[in-house]
Amino acid sequence: MIKVFIPRDAAALSVGADEVAAAITAEAKKRKLEIQIVRNGSRGMLYLEPLVEVETPKGRVAYGPVAASDVAGLFDAGFLEGKTHALGHGLTEEIPYFKNQERLTFARCGITDPLSIEDYRKHGGFQGLAKALKMKPIDIVTEVTTSGLRGRGGAGFPTGIKWKTVHDLPAGEKYIACNADEGDSGTFADRMLMEGDPFCLIEGMTIAAVAGGAQKGYIYVRSEYPHSVHVLREAIEIARRANWLGDNIQGTKFSFDLFVRMGAGAYICGEETSMLESIEGKRGIVRYKPPIPAIEGLFGKPTIINNVMSFAAVPIIIDKGGEFYRDYGVGRSRGTLAFQIAGNIKQGGLVEKAFGVTTRQLIEDWGGGTATGRPARAVQVGGPLGAYIPASKFDVPMDYEEFAKVDAMVGHGGLVVFDDTVDMAKQARFAMEFCTIESCGKCTPCRIGSTRGVEVIDKIIADVDRAKNLALLEDLCVTMADGSLCAMGGLTPFPVMSAVRGFPEDFQKPAPSNKFLADAAE
Amino acid sequence: MAKKAVKKSNGSQVDQVPAPTPAEVAALASCARHGNKPDELLEIFHDLQHQLGYVPDATLPVIARALNRSRAEIYGVLTFYHEFKRHPVGKHVVKICRAEACQSMGTDALCQHAEQSLRTALGGTTADGMVTIEQVFCLGNCALSPAIMVGEKLYGKVDPKRFDEIIGGLEKEAAE
Repeated sequence: MIKVFIPRDAAALSVGADEVAAAITAEAKKRKLEIQIVRNGSRGMLYLEPLVEVETPKGRVAYGPVAASDVAGLFDAGFLEGKTHALGHGLTEEIPYFKNQERLTFARCGITDPLSIEDYRKHGGFQGLAKALKMKPIDIVTEVTTSGLRGRGGAGFPTGIKWKTVHDLPAGEKYIACNADEGDSGTFADRMLMEGDPFCLIEGMTIAAVAGGAQKGYIYVRSEYPHSVHVLREAIEIARRANWLGDNIQGTKFSFDLFVRMGAGAYICGEETSMLESIEGKRGIVRYKPPIPAIEGLFGKPTIINNVMSFAAVPIIIDKGGEFYRDYGVGRSRGTLAFQIAGNIKQGGLVEKAFGVTTRQLIEDWGGGTATGRPARAVQVGGPLGAYIPASKFDVPMDYEEFAKVDAMVGHGGLVVFDDTVDMAKQARFAMEFCTIESCGKCTPCRIGSTRGVEVIDKIIADVDRAKNLALLEDLCVTMADGSLCAMGGLTPFPVMSAVRGFPEDFQKPAPSNKFLADAAE
Repeated sequence: MAKKAVKKSNGSQVDQVPAPTPAEVAALASCARHGNKPDELLEIFHDLQHQLGYVPDATLPVIARALNRSRAEIYGVLTFYHEFKRHPVGKHVVKICRAEACQSMGTDALCQHAEQSLRTALGGTTADGMVTIEQVFCLGNCALSPAIMVGEKLYGKVDPKRFDEIIGGLEKEAAE
């Protein structure tokens, strides 16, 4: 029977994947053709979604973006045999956007049926965990340390060190917590993996549990991701039935179980200690550190906290060895990062590449320039707390240290592209406004500083004592960066000051209310 | 479910417990389903909001008692999170992403359009009670911006025209 793949990924659904699936089912029935529809994850070429693939003897052939109204035409053209059509792209794996990636974490995403454990195993799934179950916990930790894996949530802290801390503590009640509160604009890698290859996350967390000696794990997913929550809950149930979770996993002495907790629209809960509070059913107020969560984490017990991408990198590290993973990348940034090209971009999507690739390569070679066709003026890298990079820095390689040198951060590898119509003073104001809305309120620099920041930027925009207020803004940013308890207030100055320094002309424009006078004067 | 002292016609006082409201029953049932565990409080709120559209203040004392927490703590958690609503909302909740990726593709204009065409500000509900519009920061659909979410259904590349079609579809659905 001919297999037709139509993604169930939320991004694909957002542009009509369900409608296309229904149309293909109806059309096949009408033509009395037997087909099997597989709802896979996304390949990450989101500009082609809904991307329909047909399995042929030569490989999978891609068509996209397909609308329900294109379906009859596709049948007429013989797409079930992989024949040509205006929407055809030939073999999926030969599309340059896909072919030129290095897919380690996303090796299976878009290829398998996300909820088929047989499919998962056929494509190398659970090999890492099977191996880990036979290893000494300390050897697992060593392998992760060797790989050079650093926290993929943005902070870039070495994963092996975190794991070692928990491993070295006396046995007892310990936890694994996965941060899937992917609240940063320009990021969707966590979501894509949870919806496209959920067993990979389950496997990574279970390996962490073996290494750290934990009995229970939580995945904290944001409420804006209902699709991810549903897929994960189903996948966990399936894994339990197949004894990859629960008591005596695969006949060993090791037991571990996993639970999904849904957030409730608080950006701050992406901060690890705030997330712990939220999992405990409390207000998401940031905790003081120390004690670090590795020692006193969830319910006051030792906890390994990692981002989805960090856990999902672990199965292949254990399966193929830390050195295999370390051989990708540059400097102290080892392995691959799932870059996410978003915003004003012609070909947005997910590009998994080894560190070292540049912003320009990502937005031009993969992204194909802006969606509006105008020049790209600024790229915000690393989410709402990341710096705005001007075109003069587009050639800095994606490397934690190289980016830090130019006062920017790679973070989780999310890129939001803006064309030349962007008003950077407005973006700086938004960064402060966002902080006022999302601050947990515990520390003063963040809670009050952000409100003052909005006011000061408003004055700058309105041309009130500009020089004085720009100096005041810089001073305020130093206070917030140095005095805030966590990254929320501590990093908000990044986008603000990068806008001021990289795009000073936007802070010297005529005040909006004076625009008429300014125009008349010209 | 506060006890009220009621004077009977013969002059004696008895404690009379009024019948619990449907919201209170729902709250109790949800707490029980979650094992009356305080750490599942967010899940309980999600449950109630799913069933009732919002979390009525009247349920807070019930939840507090079931979870053995103070009412202040329960209230504190409810009011911390943007997602939870304390008042009834429209039949459909439309979330419009206002974060950076969507800004780069014109979400400011989309928000303005939504406010004008539905005659309510972000956070408000249309006069007929059909639609509540609210701002959110990121729906994870940043390569297909601007994004909106209606209930649990996500939409990408939403310009004002597509927005009107989506809202029109909701109204048509209601009319049928």
